[in-house]
Amino acid sequence: MIRADKHMKKGNRDAKPLFSGKNNDNLIDIMVKYLLLSAALFTILAIIIIVYSLASESFNFFLHIPAHEFLFGTRWAAFFDDKSFGVLPLLAGTMLTTAIALSLAIPVGIGSAVFLSEYASSSLRRIVKPVLEILAGIPTVVYGYFALYFITPNLQYFIPDLYTYNALAAGIAMGVMIIPTIASLSEDAFYAVPQSLKAAGYALGARKSTVVMRIVIPYTLSAIVAIIILGMGRAIGETMIVTIAAGLKPTLTLNPFESVMTMTSAIAQAATGDAPRGTIEYTSLFAIALYLFAIVAILNLISSYIKRRWEIRV
Amino acid sequence: MSTKDKDSNSSRGGVQVIEGSVEKDKIRRKSRYAIISEYGLQIYLLIAVCISVMVLTVLLVNVVLNGVERLSPNLLFNYASSNIDEAGMRAAILGSLYTVSLAIAIALPLGIATGLYLNEYGRDNVVSKVVYTTLTNLAGVPSVIFGLVALSFLSYTLGLGRSIIVGSIALAFLVLPLITVTTIESARMVPSTHRLAAYALGARKYQVVFKVVLPQIIPTALTSSILALSRAMGEAAPILVISGLIFVRRDPLSIFDEFTVMPLQIYNWVSRPQQAFIELSAAGIIVLLLILLTLNVIAIYLRNRLQRRIVE
Repeated sequence: MIRADKHMKKGNRDAKPLFSGKNNDNLIDIMVKYLLLSAALFTILAIIIIVYSLASESFNFFLHIPAHEFLFGTRWAAFFDDKSFGVLPLLAGTMLTTAIALSLAIPVGIGSAVFLSEYASSSLRRIVKPVLEILAGIPTVVYGYFALYFITPNLQYFIPDLYTYNALAAGIAMGVMIIPTIASLSEDAFYAVPQSLKAAGYALGARKSTVVMRIVIPYTLSAIVAIIILGMGRAIGETMIVTIAAGLKPTLTLNPFESVMTMTSAIAQAATGDAPRGTIEYTSLFAIALYLFAIVAILNLISSYIKRRWEIRV
Repeated sequence: MSTKDKDSNSSRGGVQVIEGSVEKDKIRRKSRYAIISEYGLQIYLLIAVCISVMVLTVLLVNVVLNGVERLSPNLLFNYASSNIDEAGMRAAILGSLYTVSLAIAIALPLGIATGLYLNEYGRDNVVSKVVYTTLTNLAGVPSVIFGLVALSFLSYTLGLGRSIIVGSIALAFLVLPLITVTTIESARMVPSTHRLAAYALGARKYQVVFKVVLPQIIPTALTSSILALSRAMGEAAPILVISGLIFVRRDPLSIFDEFTVMPLQIYNWVSRPQQAFIELSAAGIIVLLLILLTLNVIAIYLRNRLQRRIVE
């Protein structure tokens, strides 16, 4: 409104029209359209390059190592003399740290979201919201440092036979990292619950806890599932925390007290060491990355499917 | 209908009279349960919120206590060194600055153009649907994969080497979804009356896009680009894959130079077992967090100003 006013006054004063028709306008119009379109196509180009690079280098890998040996092999030793490229230990590491992270982040994140949307006074919101925003902005290296030099020593106080590098501390740090994502997205979902439904609940004499448990949560359940899947994708793709704190030791285990290597930290470790281009170690990274990409893409697909259904319902 | 209602009412009344005491007991028990669950839920929610606040406090206190003694001008102005007292992160700070600003310089125009196309031109066409789906997928790709692909495609296939420009492009595509989505959201907020008014004045589509829509989304774009800046500045994984863990002992001069960035320098120090290096990494984290905090404060300030203007 203000802007339109300003332009009008300006137009009155120096009599220069805001939109002047020139002869080549038609051409400019079309050019602009295709210029913007070409920018949009960069996104597609990027994903094509990603898939192409991963697929072509993985192809070189699978020429030497059969796919079933990669997928179902139980030993990962890319840099030893007797090489072995079984991805299961890495998959187990990823699943273990992700499970730990989610079992912290889901209850805390959704709890925070319920608190912020249903219970908190506006002054409390003004304290908690920035805290979550700051947590969301902290680099993952910092969480890695925190896991290794704060969480692990304190856990060792309770669990004496905990390794210095372990899945538990890394998973906890990862959970803290995901809390803000889950909290802020679920909070948005809770705000989308129609006020009339909640009011109807209160009119029937329900307490706040009943409204939350019987109306808000069931209504947003599919959104919550989509959000959890999103958080899962972030946990699976997280690299630095596990590289720093989880130990870089490929063990096929589901024991959270042991050192593990995840798919992402295998890639990161190879980058710090030596995996010259063209060697089988180098191409093995792309096979892991392709596997990772496939997992995340499937999770994305599920999440967007659920979200689509949910949007239709709202 | 009314007789039925009366019937059911009277019969329910009858039941209540007969089993009145049982019913009351049930209600009392139920209300006790409700009170317990009410307080239980509240306690649980309070704990959940307190965890975030506590973790943030503990993290910051821990980092500051560990790192404050190592904070010195050396940290900012010296190059990395195995001599702990002289080690600094000058090359990393400059590397971060160059890489991240170049990344935003790539991602911002691209993201705004994509967002404008999706919202103004291709509301429902196939291209924009495909682009949008791709975008959400791109947002979910683990950052380390961006690094690996950049290394393979840009560094080796295109022969750009393990250089700043490769890191910038990887980071640019990492933050592209963020910038595009905020652009779309803010373009959606522009009232359609503004567009219609412009058309009524004889504007072409490109004039509507550039003179009506774009000026209104620039503040949001600014905010989102700062947030993208801070996100890119904290990313270590893709840069770790692209540049490797190298010692850089000179200022990066061109975009084809080798480089390292702040989070990577911190990772380098974190992964050394000596106590002094742990302290050094904490000091590095303090510097990094201060920079990020400054960026975020600027972004929040801009956002609040913007929101106030919309309210007016």
